Amino acid sequence: MKNETLRPVDRQVIALEVNGERTEMLLPVHKTLLEVLREDMGLTGTKHGCELGECGTCTVLVGGKPELSCLVLPIQVQGQAVTTVEGMAHGSQLHPLQQAFAELGAAQCGYCTPGILLAAKSLVETNPAPTRDEIREALAGNLCRCTGYSKILDAVSLAASRMG
Amino acid sequence: MKVVGKPLPKVDASAKVTGRAIYADDMLPPRTLHCRILRSPHPHARILSIDTSAARRIPGVLAVITGADLPVKFGILPVTQDERALEHEKVRYVGDPIAAVAATDEEIAAAACDAIAVEYDVLEPVMSIDAALREPKDERIQDYGGPNNIHKLVALEFGDVEGGFAQAEIIREDVFFYQGNTHLPMEQHSAIATYLDGKVTLWSSTQVVHYVHRALSKVLELPMNRIRVIGAAHGGGFGGKTDPFAHEIIVCKLAMLTGRPVKCTLTREEVFYAHRGRHPVLMWVRTGVAKDGRITAMHFRTALDGGAYGSYGVASTFYTGALQTVTYDIPAYRFEGCRVFTNKPPCGPKRGHGTPQPRFALELHLEKIARDLGLDPVELKRRNFVQPNTRTVNWLRVTSCGLDECVDRVMQASGYATREKRIGHGMGFAVSTYLSGAGTAIYWNDMPHSEVQIKVDRGGVTAYCGAMDIGQGSDSVLATIVAEELGLQPADVRLVTADTDTTPIDLGSYSSRVTFMAGNAAVEAARKMRAMLVEATAAKMGCEASAVEVGDGRIGDFSFEEASVLAEARFGTLTSAGSYTPPRIAGPYKGSGVGPSPAYSYSACVVDLDADERTGLVSVNKIWIAHDVGRAINPLLVEGQVEGSVYMGLGEALMEEQTFRKGLHKWPSMLEYKSPTFLDMPEVQTFIVETVDPEGPYGAKEAGQGPLLPVPPALCSAVYDALGVWIDEIPVTPEKVLEALRRKSKGEPARYGPPMFPPIPYPPPIKVEPPPKDLDHASAAAI
Repeated sequence: MKNETLRPVDRQVIALEVNGERTEMLLPVHKTLLEVLREDMGLTGTKHGCELGECGTCTVLVGGKPELSCLVLPIQVQGQAVTTVEGMAHGSQLHPLQQAFAELGAAQCGYCTPGILLAAKSLVETNPAPTRDEIREALAGNLCRCTGYSKILDAVSLAASRMG
Repeated sequence: MKVVGKPLPKVDASAKVTGRAIYADDMLPPRTLHCRILRSPHPHARILSIDTSAARRIPGVLAVITGADLPVKFGILPVTQDERALEHEKVRYVGDPIAAVAATDEEIAAAACDAIAVEYDVLEPVMSIDAALREPKDERIQDYGGPNNIHKLVALEFGDVEGGFAQAEIIREDVFFYQGNTHLPMEQHSAIATYLDGKVTLWSSTQVVHYVHRALSKVLELPMNRIRVIGAAHGGGFGGKTDPFAHEIIVCKLAMLTGRPVKCTLTREEVFYAHRGRHPVLMWVRTGVAKDGRITAMHFRTALDGGAYGSYGVASTFYTGALQTVTYDIPAYRFEGCRVFTNKPPCGPKRGHGTPQPRFALELHLEKIARDLGLDPVELKRRNFVQPNTRTVNWLRVTSCGLDECVDRVMQASGYATREKRIGHGMGFAVSTYLSGAGTAIYWNDMPHSEVQIKVDRGGVTAYCGAMDIGQGSDSVLATIVAEELGLQPADVRLVTADTDTTPIDLGSYSSRVTFMAGNAAVEAARKMRAMLVEATAAKMGCEASAVEVGDGRIGDFSFEEASVLAEARFGTLTSAGSYTPPRIAGPYKGSGVGPSPAYSYSACVVDLDADERTGLVSVNKIWIAHDVGRAINPLLVEGQVEGSVYMGLGEALMEEQTFRKGLHKWPSMLEYKSPTFLDMPEVQTFIVETVDPEGPYGAKEAGQGPLLPVPPALCSAVYDALGVWIDEIPVTPEKVLEALRRKSKGEPARYGPPMFPPIPYPPPIKVEPPPKDLDHASAAAI
């Protein structure tokens, strides 16, 4: 019988810079950034909801811009800074977005939260005083089933005002 | 009160915003094997043979199991033990599990599933309520129930229904359809098991560790004391993780066979097949009303499309008829319900379990009656509201009831009565009610529904409870209550929850039960602990216990830590326990176990929208919602539950639908299964109404489900207000609006909805005398 799984998997050494830390890893070339972050680097703060680029849950920042890590191969992001939720806080000091999400109850089950925090981080860094509609537009690719989005909008506004 | 009623952050907020909360799929212990499940490609087929030999030969495959390895049937309800973890005789929907593989990585496991050869004898699928009522072409889906593919028939009559209709000024009949939809939790179901020393440990994204524990014991044929179930951090349930699931049983079996940790995370497509979501329900309702708008009698019929297995379906069926009387005072009531089997993923409980569908029908039906009588719909509904401290005709006990206040709040804020009348703009109104926990357990027993233990050790406080925080904040509620009683802050209380080895029983996060039931158990446990701390402190101070004040981290003259040392010296190990058992208030008839709750929440809702008569598109501008929560233990979390409920109700009303074509799910993906995004969600204004229920902890009732219910009917009421057409089935898609407008323009009834209700062989109803008027008088007066 034909047995594809016996064939050695193509691997390549890939240099990644995640949350300011550089690492080199020998990785199967088809493994997604999402899988590498979660399984090879232990950065399980990045979640997944579909692995098809539909829900926004696995959003990370690449060069400061939101990317769906389930659709990105590590080789594509060599030489660019990758930021995950683990890289948001300064030491034990929460990022203002994290602080506002905690204070206002913007995380219920918390599963979509890392992706939304990063998409919001990218927004407030490019637009320090976003309107509610601008926040809606920036986060429209991130689904949340718990909150009805209201508290998330409030939290991003609050964080932006504190950062500004 | 010092912490109850304060908008404090959730106790797990930091873990969640930093990505440090560990969900089941985040766990990857060394040597973990990955499990994939082979599922049926046919909606209905006999399995002739399963050949796993090629799969077993693939390097990296450590175990392959089929139904022969897990033959014992299970199911959430004792009366419908009709599921197998793996089917080896027959498959009943596309996605039904057949075989499972444990391999060193996921790709190998998937390749091994592909290498399993299954021979089928394909049978005619049954894909609709109508088809299920007919004689099957090949064979019935299940071998119980009947006739044909009927699963369950119920018929109940309370009071003099015929006499009630005879007194009516007008009698109206309507037919409605509520399409099925699914929970769509952001987290895919995931479970990981280990096996050591003859003992299985399972971490799972479940809403109810206790029911998984029971099912594992049954199917694995192990005593419960050899099984430990732990709820991992939970990525959203909404009812969809309340059943015990095949993959939970499978990973345990594979861990037992391989001696290694085994993990299974469902793909998003598999989550659509796991389902247990909202039943599609066809409804017929007939109501008699006197000239003043008072209801004289009601007859309600439902037909539920249950999917392939029982799940919670028997309870769902009763729920489609139970709570109509808890909102409106209906003096005579007949309910006939029917659930059918179809070759689709099984339906079960979704937020509001079996009650959003009849709520949708009832609210629109009453609105139509009001227009027939020339009465204001809000006024007609108000005239029929139940009153506090009453029993309904079907014996349900109503205690606190904030319906009137809820209506006042949304009416004032929305300006509904003075709304601008123009084509294309509309406002709609609806009310609803929901349970604060089911008054009877899923399996019959005399034990408490929730238990809490507290340990105090030299300043530290730990509370133990089986309750599972699924994101709604039940851990925060527990910590808040214990902190309130002991004069501390929630952050001072350590929590151990949802672990069958270390925590006492709680029946889990479903039916909006945790705040009420675990909350009451926590109050009892904390008050016992407080009494010991106070007694020891009073002895040291040389005063009466009543003179010792508790609060701000102090017990009398001492810090909490000093007081705990005094108490430990006096009493030894400091532990206390509390439990909650709901009052026995079910009526004296078969089926009375579904509907009773220690307290009911109430909601009122107004929807403001624009509806485009050219495109049929509905755009919601704003929603006002008032919810009688009894008491908000944490108003921030209550608002979150109310807003989330409104969001989910709006999704169901406008776009969410689980539908099938030729036996296949039409859109098992998050892109094609439409759910509201940030851009679809209007502003929501929430009003918390506090009626302080006599039996709730500090007066609290439920918050997490009830506010979903009024949204779909309020939306349809607003569409009528805007365009003069009734959309009697949800979701309200542009096609339906345009078709209704087309019919209106041709002089046909200005309506889109099911044309008729099919003939169903309901049995003669069980006739039940209404309860005596003064049934609860003595107990109500005592409260």
